[in-house]
Amino acid sequence: MFDITPTEWTAILLSLRVAVIATLVATPFGIALAWLLARRDFWGKSMLDALVHLPLVLPPVVTGYLLLLTLGRRGLVGAWLADHLGIVFAFRWTGAALACGVMAFPLLVRPIRLSIEAVDRRLEQAASTLGAAPWRVFATVTLPLALPGILAGMVLGFAKAIGEFGATITFVSNIPGETQTISSAIYALISTPAGDAAAMRLVLISIAIAFAALIGAEWFARRATARLHGN
Amino acid sequence: MLRLDVRKQLGEFSLEAAFQSEGRVTGLFGASGAGKTSLVNMIAGLLTPDRGTISLDGEMLDDAAARVHVPPHRRRIGYVFQDARLFPHLDVSQNLDYGRRMNGLAADVAQHKRITDLLDIGPLLDRRPGKLSGGERQRVALGRALLSKPRLLLMDEPLGSLDEGRKVEILPYLIRLRDEGIPMVYVSHDAAELRQLATQIVMLKDGRVTSFGGVKVLS
Repeated sequence: MFDITPTEWTAILLSLRVAVIATLVATPFGIALAWLLARRDFWGKSMLDALVHLPLVLPPVVTGYLLLLTLGRRGLVGAWLADHLGIVFAFRWTGAALACGVMAFPLLVRPIRLSIEAVDRRLEQAASTLGAAPWRVFATVTLPLALPGILAGMVLGFAKAIGEFGATITFVSNIPGETQTISSAIYALISTPAGDAAAMRLVLISIAIAFAALIGAEWFARRATARLHGN
Repeated sequence: MLRLDVRKQLGEFSLEAAFQSEGRVTGLFGASGAGKTSLVNMIAGLLTPDRGTISLDGEMLDDAAARVHVPPHRRRIGYVFQDARLFPHLDVSQNLDYGRRMNGLAADVAQHKRITDLLDIGPLLDRRPGKLSGGERQRVALGRALLSKPRLLLMDEPLGSLDEGRKVEILPYLIRLRDEGIPMVYVSHDAAELRQLATQIVMLKDGRVTSFGGVKVLS
Protein backbone atom coordinates (compact mmCIF):
# COMPACT_ATOMS: atom_id res chain seq x y z
CA MET A 1 0.00 0.00 0.00
CA PHE A 2 2.69 2.49 0.94
CA ASP A 3 5.12 1.89 -1.87
CA ILE A 4 5.02 5.31 -3.40
CA THR A 5 6.09 5.12 -7.03
CA PRO A 6 8.48 7.65 -8.59
CA THR A 7 5.61 9.10 -10.67
CA GLU A 8 3.61 9.69 -7.52
CA TRP A 9 6.58 11.29 -5.77
CA THR A 10 7.02 13.57 -8.72
CA ALA A 11 3.37 14.62 -8.51
CA ILE A 12 3.61 15.22 -4.74
CA LEU A 13 6.78 17.30 -4.98
CA LEU A 14 5.40 19.23 -7.94
CA SER A 15 2.19 20.00 -6.04
CA LEU A 16 4.19 21.31 -3.08
CA ARG A 17 6.44 23.37 -5.31
CA VAL A 18 3.52 24.82 -7.27
CA ALA A 19 1.54 25.68 -4.12
CA VAL A 20 4.52 27.18 -2.27
CA ILE A 21 5.59 29.33 -5.23
CA ALA A 22 2.00 30.40 -5.96
CA THR A 23 1.49 31.43 -2.32
CA LEU A 24 4.80 33.25 -1.95
CA VAL A 25 4.43 35.17 -5.22
CA ALA A 26 0.77 36.04 -4.61
CA THR A 27 1.25 37.24 -1.00
CA PRO A 28 2.92 40.64 -1.66
CA PHE A 29 0.32 41.43 -4.33
CA GLY A 30 -2.39 40.23 -1.97
CA ILE A 31 -1.14 42.49 0.84
CA ALA A 32 -0.96 45.51 -1.47
CA LEU A 33 -4.45 44.90 -2.80
CA ALA A 34 -5.90 44.16 0.64
CA TRP A 35 -4.45 47.44 1.92
CA LEU A 36 -5.90 49.32 -1.05
CA LEU A 37 -9.35 47.82 -0.49
CA ALA A 38 -9.21 48.31 3.29
CA ARG A 39 -7.80 51.82 3.47
CA ARG A 40 -8.43 53.74 0.26
CA ASP A 41 -11.51 55.03 -1.51
CA PHE A 42 -11.20 55.39 -5.25
CA TRP A 43 -13.26 55.22 -8.38
CA GLY A 44 -13.87 51.64 -9.50
CA LYS A 45 -13.17 50.13 -6.09
CA SER A 46 -16.20 47.85 -6.13
CA MET A 47 -15.29 46.73 -9.65
CA LEU A 48 -11.78 45.84 -8.49
CA ASP A 49 -13.22 44.02 -5.49
CA ALA A 50 -15.52 42.02 -7.78
CA LEU A 51 -12.66 41.24 -10.15
CA VAL A 52 -10.54 39.86 -7.31
CA HIS A 53 -13.36 37.58 -6.21
CA LEU A 54 -14.22 36.43 -9.73
CA PRO A 55 -12.11 33.22 -9.69
CA LEU A 56 -14.04 32.18 -6.57
CA VAL A 57 -17.39 32.16 -8.34
CA LEU A 58 -16.47 31.41 -11.97
CA PRO A 59 -16.31 27.74 -12.96
CA PRO A 60 -12.57 26.89 -12.68
CA VAL A 61 -12.59 25.65 -16.27
CA VAL A 62 -13.58 29.16 -17.37
CA THR A 63 -10.71 30.74 -15.45
CA GLY A 64 -8.34 28.16 -16.93
CA TYR A 65 -9.62 28.79 -20.43
CA LEU A 66 -9.31 32.58 -19.99
CA LEU A 67 -5.72 32.07 -18.86
CA LEU A 68 -5.08 29.93 -21.93
CA LEU A 69 -6.58 32.62 -24.19
CA THR A 70 -4.50 35.44 -22.71
CA LEU A 71 -1.30 33.70 -21.59
CA GLY A 72 -1.17 30.72 -23.94
CA ARG A 73 1.48 30.63 -26.68
CA ARG A 74 -0.88 32.38 -29.08
CA GLY A 75 -2.55 34.51 -26.44
CA LEU A 76 -2.15 38.27 -26.61
CA VAL A 77 0.03 38.54 -23.50
CA GLY A 78 1.48 35.04 -23.78
CA ALA A 79 2.88 35.58 -27.29
CA TRP A 80 4.47 38.86 -26.28
CA LEU A 81 6.04 37.35 -23.14
CA ALA A 82 7.41 34.41 -25.12
CA ASP A 83 8.81 36.54 -27.95
CA HIS A 84 10.29 39.35 -25.88
CA LEU A 85 11.15 37.88 -22.51
CA GLY A 86 11.23 34.17 -23.24
CA ILE A 87 8.68 33.51 -20.52
CA VAL A 88 6.29 30.67 -21.29
CA PHE A 89 3.46 29.60 -19.00
CA ALA A 90 1.47 27.26 -21.21
CA PHE A 91 2.01 23.56 -20.42
CA ARG A 92 4.77 24.34 -17.93
CA TRP A 93 4.84 23.97 -14.14
CA THR A 94 5.12 27.79 -13.90
CA GLY A 95 1.73 27.93 -15.64
CA ALA A 96 0.34 25.55 -13.02
CA ALA A 97 1.68 27.88 -10.31
CA LEU A 98 0.10 30.86 -12.06
CA ALA A 99 -3.29 29.14 -12.36
CA CYS A 100 -3.13 28.09 -8.68
CA GLY A 101 -2.11 31.63 -7.67
CA VAL A 102 -5.03 33.18 -9.53
CA MET A 103 -7.49 30.69 -8.05
CA ALA A 104 -6.08 31.14 -4.53
CA PHE A 105 -5.92 34.94 -4.71
CA PRO A 106 -9.44 35.76 -3.42
CA LEU A 107 -8.97 33.42 -0.46
CA LEU A 108 -5.59 34.98 0.27
CA VAL A 109 -6.78 38.59 0.07
CA ARG A 110 -9.89 38.33 2.22
CA PRO A 111 -8.38 37.53 5.65
CA ILE A 112 -5.57 40.03 5.04
CA ARG A 113 -8.07 42.75 4.20
CA LEU A 114 -10.13 41.99 7.32
CA SER A 115 -7.05 42.07 9.52
CA ILE A 116 -5.85 45.39 8.06
CA GLU A 117 -9.34 46.82 8.62
CA ALA A 118 -9.09 45.66 12.23
CA VAL A 119 -5.78 47.47 12.89
CA ASP A 120 -6.47 50.40 15.19
CA ARG A 121 -5.93 53.53 13.12
CA ARG A 122 -5.27 55.50 16.27
CA LEU A 123 -2.03 53.54 16.63
CA GLU A 124 -1.11 54.55 13.09
CA GLN A 125 -1.81 58.18 14.00
CA ALA A 126 0.39 57.85 17.07
CA ALA A 127 3.18 56.48 14.87
CA SER A 128 2.89 59.45 12.49
CA THR A 129 3.12 61.98 15.34
CA LEU A 130 6.33 60.20 16.38
CA GLY A 131 7.83 60.97 12.98
CA ALA A 132 7.01 57.87 10.92
CA ALA A 133 6.33 58.53 7.22
CA PRO A 134 3.28 56.68 5.81
CA TRP A 135 5.23 53.74 4.37
CA ARG A 136 7.10 53.30 7.67
CA VAL A 137 3.81 53.40 9.58
CA PHE A 138 2.70 50.58 7.30
CA ALA A 139 5.90 48.57 7.78
CA THR A 140 6.28 49.04 11.53
CA VAL A 141 2.68 49.18 12.77
CA THR A 142 0.06 48.05 10.23
CA LEU A 143 1.91 45.04 8.84
CA PRO A 144 3.02 43.47 12.14
CA LEU A 145 -0.43 44.00 13.65
CA ALA A 146 -2.07 42.39 10.61
CA LEU A 147 0.28 39.40 10.76
CA PRO A 148 -2.22 36.81 12.04
CA GLY A 149 -4.53 37.64 9.12
CA ILE A 150 -1.65 37.51 6.66
CA LEU A 151 -0.68 34.04 7.91
CA ALA A 152 -4.30 32.90 7.77
CA GLY A 153 -4.58 34.17 4.20
CA MET A 154 -1.36 32.44 3.19
CA VAL A 155 -2.54 29.12 4.61
CA LEU A 156 -5.94 29.36 2.95
CA GLY A 157 -4.24 30.32 -0.30
CA PHE A 158 -1.78 27.44 0.02
CA ALA A 159 -4.59 24.98 0.75
CA LYS A 160 -6.54 26.18 -2.27
CA ALA A 161 -3.43 26.08 -4.46
CA ILE A 162 -2.51 22.53 -3.48
CA GLY A 163 -6.01 21.30 -4.22
CA GLU A 164 -6.60 23.28 -7.41
CA PHE A 165 -7.64 21.14 -10.33
CA GLY A 166 -10.01 22.68 -12.89
CA ALA A 167 -8.15 25.81 -13.94
CA THR A 168 -4.77 24.07 -13.81
CA ILE A 169 -5.69 21.12 -16.00
CA THR A 170 -7.43 23.44 -18.49
CA PHE A 171 -4.48 25.84 -18.72
CA VAL A 172 -1.46 23.52 -18.55
CA SER A 173 -2.98 20.05 -19.07
CA ASN A 174 -1.85 16.91 -17.19
CA ILE A 175 1.73 16.17 -18.15
CA PRO A 176 3.53 13.81 -15.74
CA GLY A 177 6.72 15.41 -14.45
CA GLU A 178 5.81 18.90 -15.72
CA THR A 179 2.24 19.83 -14.81
CA GLN A 180 0.80 16.73 -13.15
CA THR A 181 -0.06 17.70 -9.57
CA ILE A 182 -1.57 15.42 -6.90
CA SER A 183 -5.08 16.38 -8.01
CA SER A 184 -4.54 15.70 -11.68
CA ALA A 185 -2.62 12.50 -10.89
CA ILE A 186 -5.57 11.24 -8.84
CA TYR A 187 -7.89 12.17 -11.68
CA ALA A 188 -5.74 10.22 -14.14
CA LEU A 189 -5.46 7.23 -11.80
CA ILE A 190 -9.16 6.84 -11.06
CA SER A 191 -9.93 6.77 -14.76
CA THR A 192 -7.34 4.01 -15.26
CA PRO A 193 -8.13 0.33 -14.55
CA ALA A 194 -6.27 -0.88 -11.43
CA GLY A 195 -5.34 2.67 -10.47
CA ASP A 196 -7.40 2.60 -7.27
CA ALA A 197 -4.62 1.71 -4.84
CA ALA A 198 -2.34 4.42 -6.18
CA ALA A 199 -5.19 6.92 -6.13
CA MET A 200 -5.91 6.04 -2.50
CA ARG A 201 -2.26 6.61 -1.54
CA LEU A 202 -2.37 10.09 -3.04
CA VAL A 203 -5.69 10.81 -1.38
CA LEU A 204 -4.22 9.95 2.03
CA ILE A 205 -1.16 12.06 1.32
CA SER A 206 -3.25 15.06 0.36
CA ILE A 207 -5.27 14.67 3.56
CA ALA A 208 -2.01 14.59 5.57
CA ILE A 209 -0.69 17.73 3.84
CA ALA A 210 -3.97 19.56 4.47
CA PHE A 211 -3.94 18.60 8.15
CA ALA A 212 -0.33 19.64 8.64
CA ALA A 213 -0.99 23.01 7.00
CA LEU A 214 -4.06 23.70 9.14
CA ILE A 215 -2.40 22.70 12.42
CA GLY A 216 0.71 24.69 11.57
CA ALA A 217 -1.39 27.73 10.72
CA GLU A 218 -3.38 27.49 13.93
CA TRP A 219 -0.16 27.39 15.95
CA PHE A 220 1.32 30.39 14.14
CA ALA A 221 -1.89 32.39 14.43
CA ARG A 222 -2.12 31.72 18.16
CA ARG A 223 1.45 32.85 18.77
CA ALA A 224 1.01 35.95 16.64
CA THR A 225 -2.24 36.90 18.37
CA ALA A 226 -0.69 36.50 21.82
CA ARG A 227 2.17 38.80 20.79
CA LEU A 228 -0.21 41.44 19.46
CA HIS A 229 -2.20 41.60 22.63
CA GLY A 230 0.92 42.85 24.30
CA ASN A 231 1.27 39.95 26.70
CA MET B 1 5.53 80.21 19.76
CA LEU B 2 2.35 78.60 18.47
CA ARG B 3 -0.02 80.80 16.48
CA LEU B 4 -3.31 79.50 15.28
CA ASP B 5 -6.34 80.93 13.53
CA VAL B 6 -8.50 78.16 12.08
CA ARG B 7 -11.96 77.12 11.03
CA LYS B 8 -13.20 73.60 10.59
CA GLN B 9 -16.61 72.16 9.89
CA LEU B 10 -17.13 68.65 11.29
CA GLY B 11 -20.63 67.55 10.38
CA GLU B 12 -23.01 69.74 12.38
CA PHE B 13 -20.23 71.05 14.58
CA SER B 14 -18.25 74.11 13.60
CA LEU B 15 -14.96 75.02 15.19
CA GLU B 16 -13.53 78.49 14.96
CA ALA B 17 -10.56 79.40 17.10
CA ALA B 18 -7.67 81.81 17.18
CA PHE B 19 -4.98 82.21 19.82
CA GLN B 20 -1.26 82.34 20.28
CA SER B 21 0.63 80.65 23.05
CA GLU B 22 2.85 82.84 25.15
CA GLY B 23 3.53 80.85 28.27
CA ARG B 24 5.23 77.52 28.57
CA VAL B 25 2.05 75.54 29.15
CA THR B 26 -1.11 76.55 27.34
CA GLY B 27 -4.16 74.98 28.96
CA LEU B 28 -7.08 74.24 26.64
CA PHE B 29 -10.07 74.19 28.93
CA GLY B 30 -13.66 73.25 28.12
CA ALA B 31 -16.43 70.70 28.57
CA SER B 32 -16.43 67.54 26.47
CA GLY B 33 -17.65 68.33 22.97
CA ALA B 34 -16.22 71.86 23.06
CA GLY B 35 -13.77 70.99 20.28
CA LYS B 36 -10.59 70.62 22.31
CA THR B 37 -9.46 67.35 20.75
CA SER B 38 -10.25 68.53 17.21
CA LEU B 39 -8.16 71.62 17.82
CA VAL B 40 -5.23 69.60 19.14
CA ASN B 41 -5.53 67.17 16.20
CA MET B 42 -5.20 70.15 13.87
CA ILE B 43 -2.04 71.29 15.65
CA ALA B 44 -0.65 67.75 15.29
CA GLY B 45 -1.57 67.69 11.61
CA LEU B 46 -3.96 64.75 11.95
CA LEU B 47 -6.82 67.02 10.87
CA THR B 48 -6.56 69.71 8.18
CA PRO B 49 -8.31 73.03 8.81
CA ASP B 50 -10.84 74.21 6.19
CA ARG B 51 -9.58 77.75 6.49
CA GLY B 52 -6.88 79.63 8.31
CA THR B 53 -3.31 79.11 9.41
CA ILE B 54 -1.24 77.32 12.05
CA SER B 55 2.39 78.19 12.62
CA LEU B 56 5.00 77.10 15.12
CA ASP B 57 8.13 79.15 15.88
CA GLY B 58 7.58 81.07 12.64
CA GLU B 59 7.25 77.95 10.46
CA MET B 60 3.95 77.68 8.60
CA LEU B 61 2.42 74.26 9.28
CA ASP B 62 -0.98 74.88 7.76
CA ASP B 63 -2.12 77.59 5.39
CA ALA B 64 -5.42 76.60 3.80
CA ALA B 65 -5.37 79.47 1.27
CA ALA B 66 -1.89 78.55 0.04
CA ARG B 67 -2.67 74.80 0.24
CA VAL B 68 0.11 74.25 2.72
CA HIS B 69 -0.26 71.23 5.00
CA VAL B 70 2.83 69.80 6.64
CA PRO B 71 2.04 66.11 7.40
CA PRO B 72 2.18 64.97 11.05
CA HIS B 73 5.44 63.03 10.68
CA ARG B 74 7.31 66.16 9.57
CA ARG B 75 5.99 68.47 12.31
CA ARG B 76 8.08 67.24 15.21
CA ILE B 77 5.16 67.79 17.53
CA GLY B 78 4.80 65.19 20.27
CA TYR B 79 1.34 63.95 21.20
CA VAL B 80 0.26 62.17 24.37
CA PHE B 81 -3.21 60.70 23.88
CA GLN B 82 -5.77 60.07 26.56
CA ASP B 83 -5.62 56.35 25.81
CA ALA B 84 -1.77 56.14 25.67
CA ARG B 85 -1.79 54.25 22.34
CA LEU B 86 1.34 52.25 23.06
CA PHE B 87 2.24 49.79 20.30
CA PRO B 88 1.05 46.41 21.61
CA HIS B 89 3.53 44.39 19.53
CA LEU B 90 6.56 46.25 20.94
CA ASP B 91 7.90 46.14 24.49
CA VAL B 92 8.30 49.31 26.55
CA SER B 93 11.86 49.94 25.51
CA GLN B 94 11.01 49.56 21.80
CA ASN B 95 8.03 51.87 22.27
CA LEU B 96 10.32 54.47 23.86
CA ASP B 97 12.83 54.10 21.05
CA TYR B 98 10.27 54.34 18.23
CA GLY B 99 10.38 58.10 17.68
CA ARG B 100 14.16 58.21 17.69
CA ARG B 101 14.29 55.43 15.08
CA MET B 102 11.68 57.04 12.84
CA ASN B 103 13.41 60.42 12.98
CA GLY B 104 16.80 58.86 12.30
CA LEU B 105 18.26 60.43 15.44
CA ALA B 106 21.45 59.08 16.98
CA ALA B 107 21.03 57.19 20.26
CA ASP B 108 21.20 59.65 23.14
CA VAL B 109 21.98 57.59 26.21
CA ALA B 110 22.03 60.56 28.58
CA GLN B 111 18.63 61.81 27.44
CA HIS B 112 17.19 58.30 27.60
CA LYS B 113 18.41 57.86 31.16
CA ARG B 114 17.20 61.28 32.23
CA ILE B 115 13.69 60.66 30.92
CA THR B 116 13.36 57.10 32.19
CA ASP B 117 14.52 58.39 35.61
CA LEU B 118 12.23 61.40 35.47
CA LEU B 119 9.22 59.16 34.81
CA ASP B 120 10.44 56.17 36.86
CA ILE B 121 9.95 53.78 33.96
CA GLY B 122 13.37 52.10 34.13
CA PRO B 123 11.99 48.93 35.77
CA LEU B 124 9.31 48.58 33.06
CA LEU B 125 11.61 48.50 30.02
CA ASP B 126 11.30 44.77 29.28
CA ARG B 127 7.55 44.59 29.76
CA ARG B 128 4.84 44.58 27.16
CA PRO B 129 2.10 47.23 27.19
CA GLY B 130 -0.52 44.56 28.02
CA LYS B 131 1.22 43.97 31.35
CA LEU B 132 1.23 47.62 32.48
CA SER B 133 -1.23 49.44 34.71
CA GLY B 134 -3.07 52.48 33.36
CA GLY B 135 -0.75 54.88 35.13
CA GLU B 136 2.37 53.07 33.94
CA ARG B 137 1.09 53.09 30.38
CA GLN B 138 0.55 56.83 30.50
CA ARG B 139 4.05 57.41 31.86
CA VAL B 140 5.53 55.32 29.05
CA ALA B 141 3.46 57.28 26.52
CA LEU B 142 4.87 60.51 27.96
CA GLY B 143 8.41 59.15 27.73
CA ARG B 144 7.85 57.96 24.17
CA ALA B 145 6.65 61.40 23.06
CA LEU B 146 9.52 63.18 24.85
CA LEU B 147 12.22 60.91 23.42
CA SER B 148 11.22 61.86 19.88
CA LYS B 149 12.58 65.32 20.83
CA PRO B 150 9.51 67.34 19.87
CA ARG B 151 9.39 71.11 19.52
CA LEU B 152 6.00 71.16 21.20
CA LEU B 153 4.21 68.58 23.30
CA LEU B 154 0.44 68.11 22.99
CA MET B 155 -1.35 66.39 25.82
CA ASP B 156 -4.98 65.46 25.40
CA GLU B 157 -6.43 64.70 28.82
CA PRO B 158 -3.50 62.48 29.76
CA LEU B 159 -5.14 61.85 33.14
CA GLY B 160 -8.62 61.38 31.67
CA SER B 161 -8.67 57.60 31.68
CA LEU B 162 -7.22 57.25 35.20
CA ASP B 163 -8.98 57.03 38.53
CA GLU B 164 -8.31 59.58 41.30
CA GLY B 165 -5.52 57.56 42.91
CA ARG B 166 -3.67 57.23 39.59
CA LYS B 167 -4.10 60.92 38.80
CA VAL B 168 -2.32 61.81 42.00
CA GLU B 169 0.42 59.39 40.93
CA ILE B 170 0.95 61.05 37.52
CA LEU B 171 0.49 64.71 38.33
CA PRO B 172 3.92 65.19 39.95
CA TYR B 173 5.55 63.83 36.78
CA LEU B 174 3.65 66.34 34.68
CA ILE B 175 4.81 69.15 36.95
CA ARG B 176 8.41 67.93 36.56
CA LEU B 177 7.92 67.93 32.80
CA ARG B 178 6.60 71.47 32.81
CA ASP B 179 9.72 72.51 34.68
CA GLU B 180 11.84 70.85 31.98
CA GLY B 181 10.90 73.81 29.81
CA ILE B 182 9.42 72.08 26.76
CA PRO B 183 6.41 74.06 25.48
CA MET B 184 3.14 72.23 25.96
CA VAL B 185 -0.51 72.45 25.01
CA TYR B 186 -2.44 70.72 27.76
CA VAL B 187 -6.09 69.78 27.25
CA SER B 188 -8.36 69.22 30.21
CA HIS B 189 -11.89 69.69 31.47
CA ASP B 190 -10.58 69.78 35.04
CA ALA B 191 -9.92 73.31 36.30
CA ALA B 192 -7.96 72.11 39.33
CA GLU B 193 -5.54 70.18 37.14
CA LEU B 194 -4.94 73.19 34.90
CA ARG B 195 -4.39 75.51 37.86
CA GLN B 196 -1.49 73.30 38.88
CA LEU B 197 0.04 72.97 35.41
CA ALA B 198 -0.87 75.74 33.00
CA THR B 199 0.68 79.16 32.68
CA GLN B 200 -1.97 80.40 30.28
CA ILE B 201 -5.57 79.37 29.59
CA VAL B 202 -7.65 79.18 26.41
CA MET B 203 -11.28 78.53 27.27
CA LEU B 204 -13.36 76.77 24.63
CA LYS B 205 -17.11 76.47 24.47
CA ASP B 206 -19.13 74.97 21.60
CA GLY B 207 -16.25 75.39 19.17
CA ARG B 208 -15.46 79.03 20.07
CA VAL B 209 -12.81 80.64 22.26
CA THR B 210 -14.73 82.33 25.07
CA SER B 211 -11.84 83.59 27.20
CA PHE B 212 -8.12 83.78 27.08
CA GLY B 213 -5.50 84.79 29.60
CA GLY B 214 -3.76 83.77 32.81
CA VAL B 215 -4.82 80.98 35.12
CA LYS B 216 -7.19 83.38 36.85
CA VAL B 217 -9.71 83.10 33.98
CA LEU B 218 -10.55 79.67 35.41
CA SER B 219 -12.20 81.21 38.44
